[in-house]
Parts: sequence; structure tokens; C-alpha cells
Amino acid sequence: MSISAKDSALSELQKNSRPWIAGMVLLGGLAALTVLTFVSIATGSVHIPLETVWQAVTHFNPESQLHQVIRELRIPRAMTGILVGASLAVAGALMQGMTRNPLADSGLLGLNAGAGFAIALIFAFVPTLHSAGLLFCSFAGAAAAGGMVYGIGAMAKGGLTPFHLTMAGAAVSALFVALSTGIAVYFNIGLELSFWYAGGLGGVKWTQLDMMYPWSIAALIAALLLSRQITLLNLGDEVASGLGLRTGWVRAAALLIVMVLAGASVAVAGMIAFVGLVVPHVARGLVGVDYRWIIPCSAVLGSLLVITADVAGQWINPAYETPLGAVIALIGVPFFFYYIRRSGRGL
Amino acid sequence: MKKMMLSQGETRRHTRAMWVMAVFAVLIAVMFLISMNLGQIRLTPAEVFRTVAGHGTAKQELILFEFRLPEIIISILVGAGLALSGCLLQGVTGNALAEPGILGINSGAGLAVLVFVYFYPEELLGSVYLMPVLALAGAAAAAVLIYSLAYKKGQGMSAMRLVLGGIGTAAGINALTLVLSLRLDPQSHQLIYTWLAGSIRGTDWTYVAAFLPWLIILIPYALYQARVLNILTLGDSSAMGLGTSINRARFRIMALAVALAGACVAVGGAISFVGLICPHLARRLVGPKHQLLIPASMLCGALLMLVADAVTRGIAGSASLPVGVVVAVIGAPYFLYLLAKSRS
Repeated sequence: MSISAKDSALSELQKNSRPWIAGMVLLGGLAALTVLTFVSIATGSVHIPLETVWQAVTHFNPESQLHQVIRELRIPRAMTGILVGASLAVAGALMQGMTRNPLADSGLLGLNAGAGFAIALIFAFVPTLHSAGLLFCSFAGAAAAGGMVYGIGAMAKGGLTPFHLTMAGAAVSALFVALSTGIAVYFNIGLELSFWYAGGLGGVKWTQLDMMYPWSIAALIAALLLSRQITLLNLGDEVASGLGLRTGWVRAAALLIVMVLAGASVAVAGMIAFVGLVVPHVARGLVGVDYRWIIPCSAVLGSLLVITADVAGQWINPAYETPLGAVIALIGVPFFFYYIRRSGRGL
Repeated sequence: MKKMMLSQGETRRHTRAMWVMAVFAVLIAVMFLISMNLGQIRLTPAEVFRTVAGHGTAKQELILFEFRLPEIIISILVGAGLALSGCLLQGVTGNALAEPGILGINSGAGLAVLVFVYFYPEELLGSVYLMPVLALAGAAAAAVLIYSLAYKKGQGMSAMRLVLGGIGTAAGINALTLVLSLRLDPQSHQLIYTWLAGSIRGTDWTYVAAFLPWLIILIPYALYQARVLNILTLGDSSAMGLGTSINRARFRIMALAVALAGACVAVGGAISFVGLICPHLARRLVGPKHQLLIPASMLCGALLMLVADAVTRGIAGSASLPVGVVVAVIGAPYFLYLLAKSRS
């Protein structure tokens, strides 16, 4: 790798990055997110006027039943939605950056499948396990799958290439999905499992949020800190190591972050596909190739998508809450199609 | 010209590929014989041999010729078809992850059947013949959607748009499938769940008769397209330089892959792993030339499905175990082992 090639790669990076748009996306996104959070808190089996929501936040009155509902049910639900959306989107952005494969996300890497397998085991053998145990196991499942993918990638001669990671992820994912299906068919628990996989924020309480948020927030911050290295990694291994980047370590760190992000979100909200794939794509389309912008924009857009879908899911059919994962796909897919059609030669 | 280009290295690779395929063929033959002996009712190899030679009892003949043989043959055919479909899709898109499962073609087939079950829950069990038709229609609909997303006037078809559109299609269809399947009664849900996981239990000769013509037409055509696929894998710019009409070639090969996948899903359910790993494994063994890659992939797929079918039949009490599950449980560890051993 010659110096001029390095320079041209870097100037290309500069040219294809749009900090202005990124700033606007962040500002506009955060504003929209604030509004939607209030809408989300107001939405539910009982509609609560926005003034009451505001009062419950500013002047909490323990006597009021509505204020109690807002405090104990609606706020944790909205907060979890925001965190899950941000986590899944950032996990996807990191995966796509480090594997240089625009199809990568935590689902494709097998982490969601690993968590799902752990849940299937619990449903089959310890159906009475309480929710904290369920959370912990799904977390362990994601970690196991992540460890397998990383281990396989690391054992290959020539180290963790993007190609090895992606292929190992697809295979581990297929393996865990198959094992879960086998268990579901054998123990006849397909329907229960499908309900769990369908995902949702319906039953989320502070206990789950309290367990999840330290992990998710720490991992999100770590992702932001790692964003410069991911940008370089995305230029290709040769350029990155030419610029003095220790690619193996960066990949290990990124994978660890992805594991935490995906494990925590799957644990509270079930298997939500698509956020990790679509959101980083859209973010990249808007702000260019610099992950210092892609990662924060993905976080904001991911939160927006999940919280909108959660509200929409309660609106579509109030008596029967439509599964969150399904609503996200139903909102995300047409948008994604439009995006694919519209975008130019980049795709 | 062609002879001059065959360097010594290429000749060696050619010889090696022939050996690989011969080994696959022998393994398939061995597995075929083993598989004939497996099942709920045990038949000794001598009994099998006698029955095949025409001297078995009526019961033995029934078990072998009406139950086991169609299953074994279907698993070989489905394995070969799925592997070929994956091989074609990977060649066309240039993405190692492209396969009918990931691109939503299997999901389309599944959704079509599910919609039918949802509206006419009583009729499915009596309509074994309707399922393949529905599956094929669903697969084709998904493929048309993917293709129309990928094709753009003036620019033609982009491989990247194709893969992304496929994944989006898969996600959308899976979401609809989930919403619908949660509203089924538990019994229909279990039936659909098992079928989606891939199952060839209960296959009879009519399936073979309906499925075989597809392969007889499509496989030679795929082999005929091998040269074009070689050019396509070189990338768009080189393909353009060589004067192949890329878009039309891509369309042809895509349609071929979809037809294969649709037919396979119709008979065997949504078995998703074969199309991913078999072409990959074959590429590793025989190299990237499609003249060798296509037959090697098909042999590999046939072997994998054959082994998986034998395992589901061999393990006592696993009658309801979907063959797709076994495929992944056998295939994935081996594939991971290969990945771990490989160099970049």
C-alpha cells in the first residue's frame, strides 16, 4: 500500500462525508424523538392527555392513578423502546462497518439466534423460570453465539477477515435457528415460542429496564468511542493497518460491543429483525461514509423507528397488540424498498 | 484457443475436481444403501438386497418401494436442486450469502401456503397436491418482487440491489407470516411450523414424478449457462468488456434459480442451509469455474440431504423431526470447522 493510495482513500472519505446533514439529522431526529416519546407515553389501553403526561413528569402526584400508570408502565416502555432501537441500529452499523458487508447485522451474525435458542431451552425445560432468569439466559445465549463466531474467525489462518466473520455468523445463526426449531417441534411449544420471538415492549417494567440500561448505555458510548477506528476498518484492512490500526483488536472490541447491545435488546424485546439492517443503510445514505456520524445518526433513527412502531402497533388494533417485530418490518420494508429504488449507483 | 489456455495448473485442478466428484458420488451410493436399511421397521441388508432383486415379501416391498425409496430419491433431488439454486444465486450476485432462504424466496413459498391455511383451515390436510402449487406461486411472487426492485430502466439490474431487496422481502414476508401464524389454532400452527422447518416425511412417487421433470430441464440449462456465470463472477466491467449482455443473462439465471428453489420448497419445505454451504464447500474443493462448480455443488447438496434424511429416519422416535433441522445440525459444525481451518 503506497502513501498516495492511503491519501486518496482518506480524501475520498472526506469528500463522501456530510457533517452538515448529519448535524441536521441528529437535531431533527432528537426533536422528533422527544415528541414521539410523549405520544408513546400517552398511547395505550387508556389514552392519557399530553398535559397529564407533562404533569406526571414535572409534578408527580403519587395519589393520581394516571400518574402511577405513566410512571410504572408507560415511561419504562418508552425508554426501553428508545434503548432497544438505538442498540439494534448501532449494533448493525458496527457489524456493517467491521465486516464491510452491507448485509451484516446482529441477526445475521447469529447473536439473535443464540439468544432465541437459550429461550427455547428454557421454554422446554424450565417453563416456570422468572423473567430475570430469562433475561440472563438470553444474554448468555447471545454471548455464546458471539463467542463461537469470533472463535471460528480467530482460528482461521489469516485472522478475522470480514468474509470469515460473515460466513461464520450465517452458519452459527442457521445452526441455532435449527436447534430452536427442533426443540419447538419436539416439545410442541412452537406457538409459545413464536409469541416470544414476535417481540414487544408490552410487559416491560422498571425491573427489566434497570437490568438492561447500564449495559446498553455503556455499549453505546463504547461504540461512539470506537467509531473512528470503524471508519478506518471500513476502508479495508490494508489501508487500516497501513494507518497504524490494530485491526484484530478493533474487531474484537466491536464484536464485544455488538454482543452486549444485541443480547440486551433481545432479552427485553424479543427477536426484532430489520432495525440493524435498514437503519445504518439509511444513515449511511444520508451522512456518507464516516462512522463518527453514522453511529450517532443510526442510534437516533433506530430509536425513532422502534418507538413509532410500538405506538403504531397499539393503534392498528387496540384489542390485540400487533407484535413489535412485525410492525417494524411492515413499516421498514416499504421504506427500504423505496430507498433501494431511489438510490443511485451506490447500491 | 481453448486448449492453449488450459495451463498445467488448470489441468491439475480439473483432475482434482474429477476426483472430488467421484468421492461424492461414491459417498452418495454408500449412503443410499445405508439409508435403505434405516427406519421404524428394521430390514437387514440381506432382506433389502433380496427385495430389490424381486424376492421380498409384499410387506418388505411396500416398505422399501412405497415408503423409503421415494423419500430417499426426493431428498437427493431436493438437495441437488437447492444447492444448484444457491450456486446460481451466488454466481449472479457475487455475494457469498445469497441463497433462496436468505433472499426470501423460501419465505414467499411459506407465506402462500400459510395464507391458504389461514382462510381454509380444514382443507389443507386433504390437499397434499395443492401445497406444491401454492408454494411455487409464492416463491415466484417473491422473486418477481425482488427482481422488480433490482431492475431499473437505463441502469439494468444491480446485484447489490438484488441482495438487499431480497433480504428486505424476506423480512417483510416473515413479519406477515408471524402475524398470521400467531392467529392460527395450535394444531395448524404446529403443522405449518414443521413444514416450514423442512420435512419430506410422507413423500410418495407422485412427488418424485412431479419434481423430476423440473430438474431434467433445469439442470442441463444451468450447465449450459456455466460459461456465462464465469464471466458474470468476474464483475460487471469485465463482463461488459467480453460482450455478454449482462442484464439478460442475469435475468435468465435468476429465473432459473427461483424455479429450482420454488420446486424444492414445494416438495421439501423451507430448507435453508443447503443452498448456502454446499456451493461454498464445492468452490473450496474444485475452484470457481462453474463447469466444475455446478456438478460438485449438486453432489454435495444431494449428499447432505441424504445424510440428514437417513438420520431423521434412523433415530428412533424422531419421526417428527424436520429434516431441515438435521441438515443444519450436521452441516453447520462441519462448515464452521472448515472455516476455522481455512486461510483467507
